[in-house]
Amino acid sequence: MQENWTHKMSISVTHNSTDQAEPQFSAEKMVEVQRFINHYPEGKQKSALMRILHLAEEEFGGWLSVPTMNYVAGLLNIQPIEVYEVATFYTMFNIEKPGKVVLEVCRTGPCMLVGSDQIIEHIENKLDIKVGQTSADGMFTLKTAECLGACGYGPMLQCGKHYHEHLTPAKVDELLDTLRKEHSDK
Amino acid sequence: MGRKLLLEHIDVPGIETFEVYRKNGGYRSVEKALKTMSPQNVVEEVQASGLRGRGGAGFPTGMKWSFLAKPEGVPRYLLCNADESEPGTFKDRYLMEKIPHLLVEGMIVSSYALGCNQSYIYIRGEYMWVLEIVEKAIAEAYANGFLGKNILGSGYDLDLAIAPGGGAYICGEETALIESLEGKRGNPRIKPPFPAVRGLWGCPTVVNNVESIAAVVPIVNDGGAEYAKIGIGKSTGTKLISACGNLVKPGVYEIELGITVEEFIYSDEWCGGIANGKKIKACVPGGSSVPILPANLITKTAEGVDRLMSYEGLAEGGFASGSMLGSGGFIVFDEDQCIVRNTWNFARFYAHESCGQCSPCREGTGWMEKVLRRLENGQGHMHDIDLLAEINKKIEGNTICPLGDAAAWPVAAAIRHFREEFEWHVTHPDEAVKRNFGIASNHMPLV
Repeated sequence: MQENWTHKMSISVTHNSTDQAEPQFSAEKMVEVQRFINHYPEGKQKSALMRILHLAEEEFGGWLSVPTMNYVAGLLNIQPIEVYEVATFYTMFNIEKPGKVVLEVCRTGPCMLVGSDQIIEHIENKLDIKVGQTSADGMFTLKTAECLGACGYGPMLQCGKHYHEHLTPAKVDELLDTLRKEHSDK
Repeated sequence: MGRKLLLEHIDVPGIETFEVYRKNGGYRSVEKALKTMSPQNVVEEVQASGLRGRGGAGFPTGMKWSFLAKPEGVPRYLLCNADESEPGTFKDRYLMEKIPHLLVEGMIVSSYALGCNQSYIYIRGEYMWVLEIVEKAIAEAYANGFLGKNILGSGYDLDLAIAPGGGAYICGEETALIESLEGKRGNPRIKPPFPAVRGLWGCPTVVNNVESIAAVVPIVNDGGAEYAKIGIGKSTGTKLISACGNLVKPGVYEIELGITVEEFIYSDEWCGGIANGKKIKACVPGGSSVPILPANLITKTAEGVDRLMSYEGLAEGGFASGSMLGSGGFIVFDEDQCIVRNTWNFARFYAHESCGQCSPCREGTGWMEKVLRRLENGQGHMHDIDLLAEINKKIEGNTICPLGDAAAWPVAAAIRHFREEFEWHVTHPDEAVKRNFGIASNHMPLV
């Protein structure tokens, strides 16, 4: 098994292709996209790429499919390869479809000192999966992350835009229940 | 209580809003600088303050500013490095989350000093909610005439925008940050040319840490000389320390540089001592990249003198018996912690975060991670310890950016001070596995 390293070199772009319908930002989101592009001088619109990729993940199912990346390339008038390069370099971008809810537990030193290993193990047992896998019901994907900048408030995990800090096994159980309820009808 | 320059108003309810921030003296420095000072005056005040870069390197901010090339007709850029990702460091997040206008104010004054009309704040992608807080503060500053065209009628124009990262530690390195801001992979550039000459889009650029930029505000308000009175020697002013690990009160503290380490760890005003009544075993005082100190060298130097929380104090004794202030990520280990396990954890971090550009770092960090994992899991050999030192020497100084050094130093220091613990893992393999929860199920299988 290869761990999900930063470089994600093993992932071939063709493998990522799906039958997903052609993605399209809503008119409202296009205003956002234009605002991000306007932050940069003319001709430097590529600088808005990361911001738009974050938005694309949010809008198109929590990951970047090849059609999504191609769509973003078109918006910025750059080559698709320039988007693939970036999407595969930065760990935050999912280039494979994850579960509905992605849990990223910080595993770096300061969190480890206060028990992140036990939290990871607890979630693994609770969901009957290993790190990197998705639960059988397609609800949860468990990942580990390197230092998330919450060292004084560990152990912690990130879920979407939210940090959940000072975790205990009981708090994790509660969180999983809440998330399951929130996302079960989506 | 020590003097507070940055966090003075942090607990004022509503301080994240423009209105409350302004009522508490906010944006005074912008008024003062734009109405009564020339850009050069501001640079001079920062030089006089002795302010040193708060991101980790400790390079004098005023000097960095003075290097900025100013060719005619070419735009210059100020970038704020808010990519905070050094393990143990969470001070910038605290500042941006609680008092975002302080950063915005600092960006305006600093941009004015450098003659920039467009500046950016690069925030790590994981801090997306912090980004939203700062973006709101920027919008408020625009609405109140502190950003945009002709600020306060001074004729000075400034636009400020935010760019998010995507989860790459390497982008905290200034040239990688610039690459990333250009919408590319975060591969550091070869220096020279330095960003001050060729940075963002090939234009002269200054990259400063969040805390450095924030510190410009009190420097302009009270004068550089006043700021320089705080602190000790060449460590002037106050510093945010993010304390974590096995402490009674982990958190972000603003200290006057020069208090003793003893006071910082044990006094109730700061960290309140070691959690659960345990004893201290080791401390990494400046973020994961700096050398670890064993118990006997934390509060005292090798000469038995009280160790001080300052750039020089923590470095006292060089790498043989000292460490570095670094980013102020203060990580404390209690007596139950395993140094081998921690060293392996950090090595794994660097292996994960190496951008892959330079062979010594790309290969070396991975090798160190493998060897340390083997030692921690009771499958190591005595010669592995020397092997680590050898790999170390081959990485250090042989890479484009300092990530290689940052990966090498913690391993070298851990072996220097805790060699017997590494040896114990070789001679007691079964116990080594048992003591630390064994090979937890999330770990990679041994190769």
